Amino acid sequence: MARYEIFVTYKKGIFDPPGATAERALANLGYDEIESVKIGKYIQLEVADGPDALGRVREMCDKLLANPVIEEYRIQADEKDW
Amino acid sequence: MRRAVKFGVVIFPGSNCEQDVIHATRLLGYQSEYIWHGDTDLRGFDAIVLPGGFSYGDYIRTGAVARFSPVMAEVARFAEKGGPVLGVCNGFQILTEAHMLPGALLRNRGLKFICETVPLRVERSACQWVDLAEGAVVNIPINHNEGNYICDAETLARMEDKGQIVLRYCEPDGTRAPGGSAPNGAFDDIAGVCNERGNVFGLMPHPERVCDADANGTDGRPFFTSIAALLAGLAG
Repeated sequence: MARYEIFVTYKKGIFDPPGATAERALANLGYDEIESVKIGKYIQLEVADGPDALGRVREMCDKLLANPVIEEYRIQADEKDW
Repeated sequence: MRRAVKFGVVIFPGSNCEQDVIHATRLLGYQSEYIWHGDTDLRGFDAIVLPGGFSYGDYIRTGAVARFSPVMAEVARFAEKGGPVLGVCNGFQILTEAHMLPGALLRNRGLKFICETVPLRVERSACQWVDLAEGAVVNIPINHNEGNYICDAETLARMEDKGQIVLRYCEPDGTRAPGGSAPNGAFDDIAGVCNERGNVFGLMPHPERVCDADANGTDGRPFFTSIAALLAGLAG
């Protein structure tokens, strides 16, 4: 079995309303160093071993887990126990 | 005698506006029947409506799961053959997720669920579901959390060129405020778009809720009567 972590975020240039709200809130709390906040999704997948496992995970992202019109994603193979 | 135009209204798990569409279309004198999202037979239907709601709990993204419902492959085929398809609110979100319409719908800019009647400006478009004059203003309720339309500048330019921008949020007099008139932050005030051919139309406002003169007004009627007139004309 293989484990994958997937991070989905908005593409550059796509306005992220929750991120913008967190950004303002942090600035209001006095964190003047804040330049930008992006809020995305974190997904954990457990996948049975098989040929082209990573390729198939990528396909899952393109098809369902992310919308390529507005989002991009990063896949990370993960060894540690969840 | 020619039979009445028949609308099919798809029910996904979590749809909640299907009865409104059935009521509106029957009130206007058309036939309309429900279609379960697991069905794959659209024979006998002249136009398909994907209603509002929260299909599959809006999980992953609004419309992201519903677009893979068995009926959707048939809806795509129906549209490819030129059949008219309307997506209202969650139905619009499903059509963008299915790539049957350009762009996507993000969370409202102010992070608030918005439920209010808003003025909309009719643009010059190829849309078969609208036969109102360019610049006409209609008042139709919106009721959503993810209606913040987005597409890239290139797509916007192409849509403008092909007449795919159908409705824009506006001020009551039909003008657009310099800072934008969209209560949800939609790009370029876009409230509804169609495909190049004009047979597939998606919008965030709910025209079916303003068809009954005894409830809220009749500004939504033209969307159903125009497609029905077009279909009747084709059949005649």
